[in-house]
Amino acid sequence: MRRGLLWLGAVLVLAALEPNLRGLIGAYNYQILVLVGVNIILAVSLNLINGFTGQFSIGHAGFYAVGAYTSAALVFYAGPSVRVLTASLPTVAQDAVLLLMGLLGAALVAGLAGLAVGIPSLRLRGDYLAIVTLGFGEIIRVLILNIDAIGGARGFAGIPQLSNFFWVYLFVLITIATVHNLVSSSYGRAFVSIRDDEIAAEAMGVDTTRFKVMSFVISSMFAGIAGGLFGHFTMYLHPNSFTFVASFYVIIMIVIGGLGSIEGAVLGAVVFTVGLEVFRGFGAFRLINFSVLLVLIMIYRPQGLLGSWTLIKRRKQAGAM
Amino acid sequence: METFLQQLVNGISQGSAYALIALGYTMVYGVLKLINFAHSDVYMFGAFMGFYIANSSWFQATMGTSVLSGVVVLLGAMVLASMLGILIERFAYRPGRSPSPGTLAFWFGILGAGFGYLLGKTPGAVAAGVLAGIVVGVILEKWGVRPRAQSSSLKILIIAIGVSFFLENSGQQVFGADPKFFPQIIPTKVLNVAGLSLDSQKLTVLGVAIVLMVLLNVIVNYTKTGRAMRAVSFNLDAARLMGINTDRIIAFTFGLGSALAGAGGILVSLMYPKIDPLMGILPGLKAFVAAVLGGIGNITGAMFGGLIIGLAEVMAVGYGQSTYRDAIAFVILVLILLIKPTGIMGKGMVEKV
Repeated sequence: MRRGLLWLGAVLVLAALEPNLRGLIGAYNYQILVLVGVNIILAVSLNLINGFTGQFSIGHAGFYAVGAYTSAALVFYAGPSVRVLTASLPTVAQDAVLLLMGLLGAALVAGLAGLAVGIPSLRLRGDYLAIVTLGFGEIIRVLILNIDAIGGARGFAGIPQLSNFFWVYLFVLITIATVHNLVSSSYGRAFVSIRDDEIAAEAMGVDTTRFKVMSFVISSMFAGIAGGLFGHFTMYLHPNSFTFVASFYVIIMIVIGGLGSIEGAVLGAVVFTVGLEVFRGFGAFRLINFSVLLVLIMIYRPQGLLGSWTLIKRRKQAGAM
Repeated sequence: METFLQQLVNGISQGSAYALIALGYTMVYGVLKLINFAHSDVYMFGAFMGFYIANSSWFQATMGTSVLSGVVVLLGAMVLASMLGILIERFAYRPGRSPSPGTLAFWFGILGAGFGYLLGKTPGAVAAGVLAGIVVGVILEKWGVRPRAQSSSLKILIIAIGVSFFLENSGQQVFGADPKFFPQIIPTKVLNVAGLSLDSQKLTVLGVAIVLMVLLNVIVNYTKTGRAMRAVSFNLDAARLMGINTDRIIAFTFGLGSALAGAGGILVSLMYPKIDPLMGILPGLKAFVAAVLGGIGNITGAMFGGLIIGLAEVMAVGYGQSTYRDAIAFVILVLILLIKPTGIMGKGMVEKV
């Protein structure tokens, strides 16, 4: 009951802010605010697999791309007939139906992609996931470049604008609540036990492969949703927005904020997105400095700014130096 | 039949280049149990060093296109790539294992170079920036900013990813993001043998790769350092207890693997002369797949894995879809992970507590 009221209140606040916000803070800041929201969803979801489950994915942009293109294609091709079906509803409700349909498709397809990538790679040590997801991110980009129906190398233009501050931040709240509830549940304890000591977790009866795949699929689904929200906000998608650099951005966010901390991921996403804008004049040096920062944080403060996880293992694993 | 033989030749020379890169992955994995993400960028670095050596005025004045000039470029790139590999190990991976002095000074020096360039755009400003960075780093270290001594495989993996991004981004800044064209350093001749066209580039690639692999086998199997390498990769802690200077052996392994990656960069650039700072990502991925296919940690396995990947790729392009050429190695990787994760020649090992 109380929780329901809280959600209602949040929705009302977001809905009240939405129509006035653009005028209040200006179109540029509004755009950055929305981008921060999309990045928060990406960071919090990547943190589920990288920070809480201890399996390192470096291809989050791949699932982000899958979601963005799935949602955009669904709405672009099926949208007109859905509008005919829902013609009796007001436009706002029609838009909402379309967006939710797109996001549902995005989450499902990105989740399936996560399943396909996760099952072969997560049966093994965590390192393999890194290289498989790196490959996946590149392959998805090549695939998109070769599919003409979604624009190929020209990019996908003409996507209806359906998402805005309200929808993005609604999903920010949903993502944070889901990940928070998940890691506080028995599933979350299984995730953390795998991260802290996979062999011990297995000895305690945790089906490690199942939980790793579950964590990875959920993480991919939210990346897909973030992609859908992004595409319906910018109205244009290009494969170049989803290179390994985009995955690197999300990794930087969660490493700065602290692996295994939801507040850290949120903070990292805000600091990084705003920082990238503020230091726009520095050009490519921003990325060099962020990479050096990533290396130095891992060497000197592996728990990041707010990380709960110190990366200290009580017992050294055999051979894993 | 003739096209098949032709494809076979192309695949073998392509594959031997992948094998050279795969050797570095497999050796580093052997000693540190780490996927060295920066390895693919060392390969890129090697290609660029070859490019700069071959385009230098000294080289242009004294060398033409001869066998000797090819050797000079190759050795120069190998030495420089091996130095980069050792630097990466010393200032990024070693601090992740044990507190090592000088780490902050090194990285702050690099940041200082960037800021110096931004502010002044002259060599003097860059030098001043480097100096200022080093001074700040040394002072911070004197104050007691020390790396965490605790090691974990995930921590080093993230450091490796960071180093890789650092090299790619700096490459775009220093070398320029646009593709460059690698000069023809060896004379082009086409031999026609029994209907097959063998150009001198492909033969050079194959010949150099074979010589380097034989050399590597001699070093690993018949020298004292090679024996120490095998000991470290068998059991690092036991090797240390036996009096082996493990840090030195690890540095040597990085140097050796990086030299091979540098050679791979030159050889691939002979066949495909377009080079750019992100050129390492896909060949690096394919070479890693080759290492996994052969059984990661196994040197002979990496050589065969490289050949198989090269052949599979060239055959697929020759007889099928060329747009999905890059996807082939990826599909092979997923298949090995599903069917036989230890690879063709790898030994299965159970992780123990």
